[in-house]
Amino acid sequence: MALLEIKNLYASIKGKEILKGVNLTINKGEVHAIMGPNGNGKSTLASVIAGNEAFTVEKGEILLNGKDLLSMPVEARAAEGVFIGFQYPVEIPGVSISNFIRTAVNEQRKYRGLDPIGAKEFIDRMNYAKQVVELTSSLVNRSVNEGFSGGEKKKMEIFQMAMLRPTLSILDETDSGLDIDALRIVASGVNQLQNKETSTVLITHYQRLLDYIVPDFVHVLYEGKIVKTGDKNLAKELEEKGYEWLRK
Amino acid sequence: MAEKINIHCAIPNLKTVKINRYDGCFENNGCYKALVQGGIVILSIKEAFETYSSLLEQNAIALQESINNGEDGVFIYIKDGIKVSSPLQMVNVISGREAQSSFSRNIVIMGKGSSARLICCDDTVNANPFQTQSRISVYMSSESELEYYKMENINNASSISTDTEFRMEDNAHLTTFWLSLNGGNIQNKLNVFFEGNHSEASLNGLYLVDREQKVDNSVSVYHNFPYCTSHQLYKGILDDSAMANFLGHIYVKEYAKETIAMQSNNNILLTDKAQVNTKPFLEIYNDDVKCSHGATIGQLDENALYYMRQRGITPRSARMLLMYAFCYDVLSKSSITELNQALQDMIKRRLNGELSSCEECVFSKCQGINNQD
Repeated sequence: MALLEIKNLYASIKGKEILKGVNLTINKGEVHAIMGPNGNGKSTLASVIAGNEAFTVEKGEILLNGKDLLSMPVEARAAEGVFIGFQYPVEIPGVSISNFIRTAVNEQRKYRGLDPIGAKEFIDRMNYAKQVVELTSSLVNRSVNEGFSGGEKKKMEIFQMAMLRPTLSILDETDSGLDIDALRIVASGVNQLQNKETSTVLITHYQRLLDYIVPDFVHVLYEGKIVKTGDKNLAKELEEKGYEWLRK
Repeated sequence: MAEKINIHCAIPNLKTVKINRYDGCFENNGCYKALVQGGIVILSIKEAFETYSSLLEQNAIALQESINNGEDGVFIYIKDGIKVSSPLQMVNVISGREAQSSFSRNIVIMGKGSSARLICCDDTVNANPFQTQSRISVYMSSESELEYYKMENINNASSISTDTEFRMEDNAHLTTFWLSLNGGNIQNKLNVFFEGNHSEASLNGLYLVDREQKVDNSVSVYHNFPYCTSHQLYKGILDDSAMANFLGHIYVKEYAKETIAMQSNNNILLTDKAQVNTKPFLEIYNDDVKCSHGATIGQLDENALYYMRQRGITPRSARMLLMYAFCYDVLSKSSITELNQALQDMIKRRLNGELSSCEECVFSKCQGINNQD
């Protein structure tokens, strides 16, 4: 069953058109990779799905489980199951990770008509999420992302993903700035969280991440459109040949 | 006033020695005599003028004029070497029934090596307009330590004006914490004079104001002696048409070598109409100093708001979290755990627009000084 359907999506920022007719269907349980040169709309696509108000949707549709995402604000889309692993996670001094994530979990539960999470369940979930990305306890006592290294920030994104249990995770260049050990940990975390009910979209430049998280589909986003779709071998081909050969 | 009063403060588990005032007036109701054995003297300034004249003279405190003018006030003397464990809490309950304004003159003398924590609250218990003016002079002998908390939480028809000075001898340690929540017009003047070597002052303030509120903080630190350190950290959040002024004055005298003086004033404006004027003013007559100042005026971080919303947090909660985080480093300067807990709660409610005054601060009959709720 289709989890996410994007139909003929056009989007712009400050009058500049970035997405020019994107079509994409993602089924439950699938892993998709979106590749492509810089400045061709990969991150914009993630932002538009998330509901970033800096972008204007000119045309098209985005459905999540058949629901119209475009009519919802950012926080409602998140509560519906959309999670963005940010390329540049924001530092929030003074807000502790546990307070932040508890607020997020509970506000999502409230949206779904559930009571706040119980103390024990929350601690159990924290412990599980920490173990998923091999986080030390001391890190989660700190302020959100404040003073974190690049690797710690990316692990923290996956930690949050484990806490929030989204159905659609879009990981925007999660591999950038990671050394090989951190990459292995982050990738292993993503693999642990992927199941039959969830889907993951990896936005990346490099084949390297896809050695660890094997995609079912690889798409090339070029000049605001998906110009080619293939299996994992497409990523290898792109690594060898670059993107030039896709120019018409 | 017919009845003697004793204050009940609703802060849970906060055990304090309460000094009661009513519409600015202090009346020594005899509750405090028992404290003398423990080295704590609490009197009206008139009584102090009569019984502690040599001590006042020794500290060059002139009270004659105040007495002549009929000014009321409290005299607190912590004797040499006395470490006061329970905080002292001076609560001014303002009803506007006895008068529409008050002027008080207060003296605190910290003996050598003494230490204390003093919480001063001004709270209106109704919507009557009232003008409160108070002058507090604090004399800190060598090696003394004081934490001074000022809580301003009066109705918006009322105004408050404070003029507070600290004179610090050698190796004295001072922390001040100024919290301005409610009140139509709040004016705080704070002067710190270093009159000995190796002393430290940490001066902190937080103002959370909205509607037509106006708050002025004017802070001056006089580094008249060498080897002293001062830190000023004032933060404010302004909503609606609120206005704040901050003047931070640092004066370093010619021979005050190895002075460290830091100042920071940060503000968040939630609307286009809110206004902040911040003015650092540094006068430095010595090369051997480390001084810094920084002032910021900004809005809530849009990127952080977006990030939080992407995690499912509503804009309202996200703004609350960010505002609270902004306040946190000032709050963390307070060492009274029970007070901190209550302050965190008060600040959250204030930011939510739910706290209009310290409504649970009520007064009851004097039940003796050991009544600590």
